[in-house]
Amino acid sequence: MNILVCIKQVPDIEKIKIDSAKNEMIMTGVPNIVNQFDTYALETAVRIKDANPETRVIVVTMGPAQTKDALKNCLSVGADKAYMICDDILSDSDTLVTSYVLSQAAKVIEEREGQPFSLFLCGKQAADGDTGHVGPQLAEYLGLPQITSAMEISIDGNKVLVRRLTEEGAEIKAAEMPALVTMSQTEYEPRYASVKTKMAANRAEIPVLTASDLGLDAACVGLGGSPSKLIKTFVPERKKGGLKIEEETGELSAQKLVALLSDAGAI
Amino acid sequence: MFFNEDHNDIRDLAREFAEKELAPIANEIDQTDEVPQRIYDLMAEMGLFGLKIPEEYGGLGLDTRSYVCVMEEICKKSIASSLIMSSCNSLSTAPMLLAGSEEQKQKYIPKIASGEEFMAFGLTEPGAGSDAGSMSTRAVEDGDSYILNGRKTFITGAPFAKNTIVFAKTNPEKGAKGITSFIVDMSLPGVSVGKHEDKMGLRGVATSDVVLEDVRVPKSEILGEVDRGFITAMKTLSVGRIGVATQGIGVSQGALDEAVKYMLERKQFGQRLADFQSLRFIIADMETKLNAARMLVYNTAYEMDMGMDVTKSAAMAKLFATESSLEIVSAALQMHGGYGYVKEYPIERMYRDARVLTIFEGTSQVQQMVIAGAIFGK
Repeated sequence: MNILVCIKQVPDIEKIKIDSAKNEMIMTGVPNIVNQFDTYALETAVRIKDANPETRVIVVTMGPAQTKDALKNCLSVGADKAYMICDDILSDSDTLVTSYVLSQAAKVIEEREGQPFSLFLCGKQAADGDTGHVGPQLAEYLGLPQITSAMEISIDGNKVLVRRLTEEGAEIKAAEMPALVTMSQTEYEPRYASVKTKMAANRAEIPVLTASDLGLDAACVGLGGSPSKLIKTFVPERKKGGLKIEEETGELSAQKLVALLSDAGAI
Repeated sequence: MFFNEDHNDIRDLAREFAEKELAPIANEIDQTDEVPQRIYDLMAEMGLFGLKIPEEYGGLGLDTRSYVCVMEEICKKSIASSLIMSSCNSLSTAPMLLAGSEEQKQKYIPKIASGEEFMAFGLTEPGAGSDAGSMSTRAVEDGDSYILNGRKTFITGAPFAKNTIVFAKTNPEKGAKGITSFIVDMSLPGVSVGKHEDKMGLRGVATSDVVLEDVRVPKSEILGEVDRGFITAMKTLSVGRIGVATQGIGVSQGALDEAVKYMLERKQFGQRLADFQSLRFIIADMETKLNAARMLVYNTAYEMDMGMDVTKSAAMAKLFATESSLEIVSAALQMHGGYGYVKEYPIERMYRDARVLTIFEGTSQVQQMVIAGAIFGK
């Protein structure tokens, strides 16, 4: 079976420093990396391939020319092939447009690879925008069942079984494939590249898909085609320090809370 | 200038490995005196044991600059973790590549490249260090074998080596021209390993004596020609120097990084240490020395890759990079004040680790002999 892993190149947020005078992030010199949740998605796909050697793992991303580095990284840790969606008219697309473009790309890649995808994997959200929109929206565009925030995936016949974390604990969900799963952090860490795979990835040919390859209408993509509008960015005001009530028992905590609220005239 | 895109990518890979896997346990390796097997397994998977080994013998066939990039990054965090990798790419395999038969190369090298088997290098003896030619280990011909007797000392990795390359005198009257190299299976009768030396630094990889008592080694295990072993040893050491020189620049950078980090945090007299001009200037001098050393090391690696004779430049690189590393780790420790003297901070370990670099694989004084020899003739 073929698996499509959608990845995003993001700034390494651990290396971002803050200019405290201007209250701005200092982005110069910050390296770009593959979004962490996407690396878990890729590692999960490669583990499925390890167990089922006929599996092919294909990676796709949309972004400017330098995203090629992110794709090379993916090739060095187990992806079989990478496609890059790159076109000036796509810049400043919002998450809805991005999902639409990815869905079109998925169809074109299926055609080129001569086989439909059984599984689509995405990271659950990206470190920069943190929206968590693209995976679910892509599933909608493709008309696929989706399971979000997976910690573990296994394949059982034509079903994908997913263990996902919820506020109450963990739950196991199953979906008929083709399906889309977004990955949270897994119990395993992504593998290291070897020197050999790293060098092979440097020499790999990465096909570029343009807007016309994907049959996209220029009016429906980029800033103009995006329904979300950025009004302004600002540093949120710091909230005043709250009060933490942590008595020996829940009952005592509740009593203290009632007393405090009562004293404050709130109840 | 010295590096291409592949070199830089390999360096990034090694840096990520060193930062994630080695830095958190480097002090633990020192204190337990053991590099965890997991580290060796990861290094094997990444292909680090066979970096420079030719592809036909299971390696990656990369150049010296690739080796320098990886070694430098690993040594920033843990020189101890670089020792076995360094040996596999240098002391363990260079003698075979220089002098071995095709059969020997096929038999031994692929397993070293994959990390399955370790081959130790047995040249030094209790009475023969810098003056290796004065060794007393004997090999006496007996039918289809040689009988070996003697003691090798400070042998890196001896306790877990599958084989050791042993240099022994076949014709003692001919001095250094009567030395032959043998591949000795460590499980042969008469081979034993001495105690694990309790070293000042580079703790984590066992260094021990190898004792040979009437060890019968088949003639098929002679490496190269009889009486030509000393040349193999000297040629091996001359290419191996680049590795120790790289350990020098690696630990120097690691120590400077620690000092700078500390100086940005530590405050005395109302300001950060990094704000005192006298301390800033010390760091400026160390940074300059490190970069001068780095240029010598990189240039030697480049010359090796161009197939040039590097006898003199490798000696200069080792001499300068390791001597300056002692100054740099010492200054970096000084910046830490009393905290530099306690094991909680990595600089205490780095200071001890660096100390051997001017001693092993040819002392600084031997490097001076080599350099002066190149200037004045022998």
